[in-house]
Amino acid sequence: MSPLVLVFISPLIGAIVLALVGHRPNGRDINVIFSFFTFLASVFLTARIVAHGSVFALDRQFFIDSLNVFLVTLTALIGFTTSIFSRPYMRIEEERGKMTPNRMRLYFSMYQLFSFCMLLALTTNNMGILWVAMEAATLTTVLLVSVYRTPASLEAAWKYFILCGVGIAQALFGTILLYMAAQKVVGHGQNPLLWTNLNAVKFHLNPVIMSLAFVFLLVGYGTKVGLAPLHNWLPDAHAEGPTPISAVLSGLLLNVALYAVIRCKVLTDGALGNHFAGHLMIGFGLLSVLVGAFSLLRQRDIKRMFSYSSIEHMGLMTFAFGMGGPIANFAGLLHMTVHALTKSAIFYAVGHAAQKAGSQIMDQIRGLIKISPTVGWGLMMGTLAILGMPPFGVFASEFLILTSAMRQLPWATPILLLGLGVAFAAIFSRVQPMVFGETSVKRLPHPPALLPVFIHLGLALMLGLYIPTYLNTWFLQAAKIIGG
Amino acid sequence: MTTLSIQLVNLFAAFLLLLAFAMLAQRRVLTLVNLYALQGLTVVAATTVVAHMTHQEHLYYSAILTLLLKVILIPWVLHRLIKRLNVRWDIETLINIPSTMLVGIVLVVFAFNLALPISKLSTSVVPGTLGIALACILLSFMMMITRSKALPQVIGFLAMENALFFAATSATYGMPMVVELGIALDVLVGVFILGVFLFQISEQFESLDIRNLENLKEE
Amino acid sequence: MSRAFSQLISILTPILLAPLLLGWVNQMRAWLSNRRGPGVLQPYRMLHKLFNKDSVMADTASSLFRFAPYAVFGSMLLANAIIPTLSTDLPLASAADAIALVGLFALARIFISLAAMDIGTAFGTLGARREMLVGFLAEPALLTVLFSASLIGQSTALPTIVEAVAHKHFAIYPSLVFAGMAFILVFLAENARVPVDNPATHLELTMIHEAMILEYSGRHLALMEWAASLKLFAYSTLGIALFLPWGIGQKATPSSLLLALPSLALKLALIGIVLALVETFSAKLRIFRVPEFLATAFLLGVIGMLTHILLGA
Repeated sequence: MSPLVLVFISPLIGAIVLALVGHRPNGRDINVIFSFFTFLASVFLTARIVAHGSVFALDRQFFIDSLNVFLVTLTALIGFTTSIFSRPYMRIEEERGKMTPNRMRLYFSMYQLFSFCMLLALTTNNMGILWVAMEAATLTTVLLVSVYRTPASLEAAWKYFILCGVGIAQALFGTILLYMAAQKVVGHGQNPLLWTNLNAVKFHLNPVIMSLAFVFLLVGYGTKVGLAPLHNWLPDAHAEGPTPISAVLSGLLLNVALYAVIRCKVLTDGALGNHFAGHLMIGFGLLSVLVGAFSLLRQRDIKRMFSYSSIEHMGLMTFAFGMGGPIANFAGLLHMTVHALTKSAIFYAVGHAAQKAGSQIMDQIRGLIKISPTVGWGLMMGTLAILGMPPFGVFASEFLILTSAMRQLPWATPILLLGLGVAFAAIFSRVQPMVFGETSVKRLPHPPALLPVFIHLGLALMLGLYIPTYLNTWFLQAAKIIGG
Repeated sequence: MTTLSIQLVNLFAAFLLLLAFAMLAQRRVLTLVNLYALQGLTVVAATTVVAHMTHQEHLYYSAILTLLLKVILIPWVLHRLIKRLNVRWDIETLINIPSTMLVGIVLVVFAFNLALPISKLSTSVVPGTLGIALACILLSFMMMITRSKALPQVIGFLAMENALFFAATSATYGMPMVVELGIALDVLVGVFILGVFLFQISEQFESLDIRNLENLKEE
Repeated sequence: MSRAFSQLISILTPILLAPLLLGWVNQMRAWLSNRRGPGVLQPYRMLHKLFNKDSVMADTASSLFRFAPYAVFGSMLLANAIIPTLSTDLPLASAADAIALVGLFALARIFISLAAMDIGTAFGTLGARREMLVGFLAEPALLTVLFSASLIGQSTALPTIVEAVAHKHFAIYPSLVFAGMAFILVFLAENARVPVDNPATHLELTMIHEAMILEYSGRHLALMEWAASLKLFAYSTLGIALFLPWGIGQKATPSSLLLALPSLALKLALIGIVLALVETFSAKLRIFRVPEFLATAFLLGVIGMLTHILLGA
C-alpha cells in the first residue's frame, strides 16, 4: 500500500476506533498510537517524495510536491506530539471534572478526524476538495472548542462556527469563479478543478475573473488564517477550548489555510502577470502584524495572548509570501515551520502552567520555575524563541523576511519592526513574572508531558543554527513553485 | 425552447433575490424556515431547468440531492428544533426594516457591478444570474449581521449556502459531483452540529439570544 | 376619425364603468364576509342621489374648496384618457407619458388635500397630512414600477410599452414580476384599500381618504366619489396595461373592440375579486407601519429595474 493511502487510513480508522472506545482510560494511548502511525506514514511518504520527486495518486486527485510534502510531515509530527501532550493533560482535566468519559470520546475521535481533514486539505489536488476539507476541519473542531460547555466556550465556538462558516462561504464563491475561469481554458475531458491542470494553463486564465476569484479566496481562507480584520474568532477559540486544540489550531489549521491561499496565489499570479495578489497579501499581512502586536498589550489571559501572537506571525508569513521571490518565499516557509513548532510547544507549556495555577489569567500564574523548573524553562525558552531571539529558528526566518522587505519594500520595514518590538515588549514583560517571582502554583497529580515541548524547541533551535541540506533543497524547490 | 428555459432560469433567479429580501425583513422564525425551504425549492427548479437545457446529467443528481437535503431534510430538522426549543412564536424585534432594505439595495447594486464584467465573459447561457447569486450571498450575510437570535443566524448561513449553490449551477453548470457531494456532506454535518449547539446554548443561557454571547471582549 | 373615436371610447368607458367596478368590489367584499351586499349598481344610485341633493358649504370654505372636486375629477378623467384600456391608438397619449400620469395623480392629490385643509377642521387636516405621507412614499414606488416597464418598452409612452409587451413574441420578464408586486402594494395604498386605509369606515384613528372628504356634500361629494372610483379604474387599467396587456387592440376598429371589451371586462372582474380577497384576508396596518409597507413597494420596484439591467429582460 502506498504511504499516501496509509496517511489517510490511519486517522480515519483512528477516528472510528476512538468513537467506539474513546471513553475508556486507554483511549489516550490509542490516540497516541494512531497519531504515531500517521506520522510514520508521512515520514515514508516524505522519503519517497525526496527520492522520486512529486507524485500523483488516485486518478490525479491527489498531488504531492515539495510545497505540500513538508507541510504533511509537519502536520503529522505536530499531530503526534500533541497527542502525547494530550495524554496527561486530558487525564488531569478529566480528574478535575471538566471532562466526562463521553466528552473524552468525542474529543479523541474528533481529534483524529481533524488530522484527517488537515492531511486531506494538504494533499488534495482538487480545489473543491480543498474547500470541503477546510470546512470539515472547522466542523470537527467546533465541538471541541465548546467541549467544556461553559458559557464562554459556547460563545467562542459559536463565533468560530459562524465567522469561519461565513468566511469559508466566500472561499467557495471564489472556487466557483476559479472553476468558471478554468472551464474555458482547461482542455476537454480534463478536470478543471485540479490544481495541476490549472497550473498548466494559468497564463491563459481570464485575469478579470481570476482577480475577483482571488479576492474571495483570500477573504475566505484568510478568515481561517486569522488575518486581520477577519481574526475575531481566533483568540476566543484558542482561549476557551482545551489547550491541545489551541496547539493544533495554531500549529496546523492556520498553516493549512495559508497553504490554500498560497496555492491560489500561484494561479492568480500566472493569470494576472502582475503583483495584484501579492499586494493584497502584503496589505492583509501588515495589518495583521500590527493588530496582533498591539492587541497583545491588552491581554490578561495567557492563551489569548499567545493566540494574538499567532495572528501576528501569520501576518508576517502572509506578508513574506505576498512579497514573493525566492528569499522571501524561503523565509515564509521556514517561518511556517518554526512558528508551528514553537507555538505548539508554547501551548503545551502554557497548558500545564494553567493547570498548575488553576487559571488562565496571567496575574494568577506566578513563579513556575520554583515548583516545576521544566515547565517554567519550557515556557521561557518557547517565549524567547517565538519572540525571535537568536539562535532559534524564528530569528533566522524573521531576519530573512526583514532583509528581503528592506530590499523590496523599504517602507514596510519600520512597520514590521514596530510590530515585532511591541510584541516583544508585551509578551516578555508578561511571561517573565509568570516564570520567575513568588510562586502561586501547585504540583500536578500526574507528571506533565514535557517531551513534546523540548522536541519542538530542539527542532526550532536546530533550524535556527543549521538547516539540513535536504530540507534546504526542499524549501528552495517549494519557494520556486510559489514564485512571485 | 432554449429561450424559454433561459427566461425561466432568469425568473427563478429574480425570485431568489425576492426571497432573500423577504428573509431579510421577516420577523418570525417559523416563516423564516418556510422561506428557506421555498428558496431551496427555487434553486432545485432552476437547477432542473439548467440541467434540461444543457443536458448535464450530473445536474439532475445534484437537483435531487438538493431537494432531499435543503427542501425536505433541513427544514424538517429546523422545524423539529423550533418545536423542541419552544421558540415557535419567537418574534424578533428588528430595528428599522426600511433602512435595512435600503442598505440591501445598495448591496445589490454593488454585487451587480462586481459581477457585470464577469458575466460578460461568462460562457454560461444565463450570465446575468451570477450577479443575482452574489447579491443573494451578500443579503444573507447581512441578514446574519442584523439578527440577534441564534436560529435566524443559522438560517441566514444556510441561505448563503443556497445562493452559492445557485451561483455554481448557473455560472458553471455545477461543480464536479465529488465536490458537490462533499459540500452537501459539510452542510448536513454543519446543520446537525448547529442543532447540538443550539441545545447547548439554550441549556446554558435559557434563551437563544445571541446577545448572551457577547461577553468575550477585549478588556 | 377613427383615432378620435378610439380616444372618445377610452374616455367614456371609464366614466361609465368606474362606479360599476367599485360596486363589484364592494359586492365581492360583502359576499366574502357573508353579507348580502347592496348590489353592484349601488355606486350609481349613490351618485344619482348625491347629484340631486343640495350642496352644503362650510362658512369658512374658500373658492378652492368649491373648485377642488372639479379639478380632482378632471385630472382623474385625463389620467384615464391616456391609459390604453381598449386600444393603443390614443392621440392624447402622445401628449402625456407615464411620468405625466404620475403627475396627474399628484395634482389630484394636492387639490384634495388642500381642500381638506381649507375648512380648518381637525379631521380634514389629519387626513390631508396622512394622504401626503402615503403619496410621498407611493409616488416614487409607482415611478420605479413605470420605469421597469419603460425599460422593456424602451419608451415612457404607455401605448408603446403595451405594444412592446403585448404584440411582440412572448417572453418572461423577471423585472415585471417585481414591478407587478410593487404595483399591487402601491395600488392598495393609493386607492385607500385595506392594509393602508379602509374605505368602509369612518374611524377617526385610521381613516385617510374619508377624513378628507368629510366636509363635502351634494354634487361636490358626488364628484369626489366618482373621482375616487375613476382612480380605482385608472389603476386597474394601468395594471392591466402593464402586466396583462393581451387583448388590447392596436386600432379601435369594431372588430378589435369585440375582443378588447370582453377581455377588459373579464380582467376587471378578476381584479375586483383579487382586491376583495386581499382586503378580506389582511388586517389594517397601523399608520406607522405604512412607510414600511410602501418602502417594500419601492424596494421591489428598484430590484425590478436592477434585474432588468442585469438580466436584460
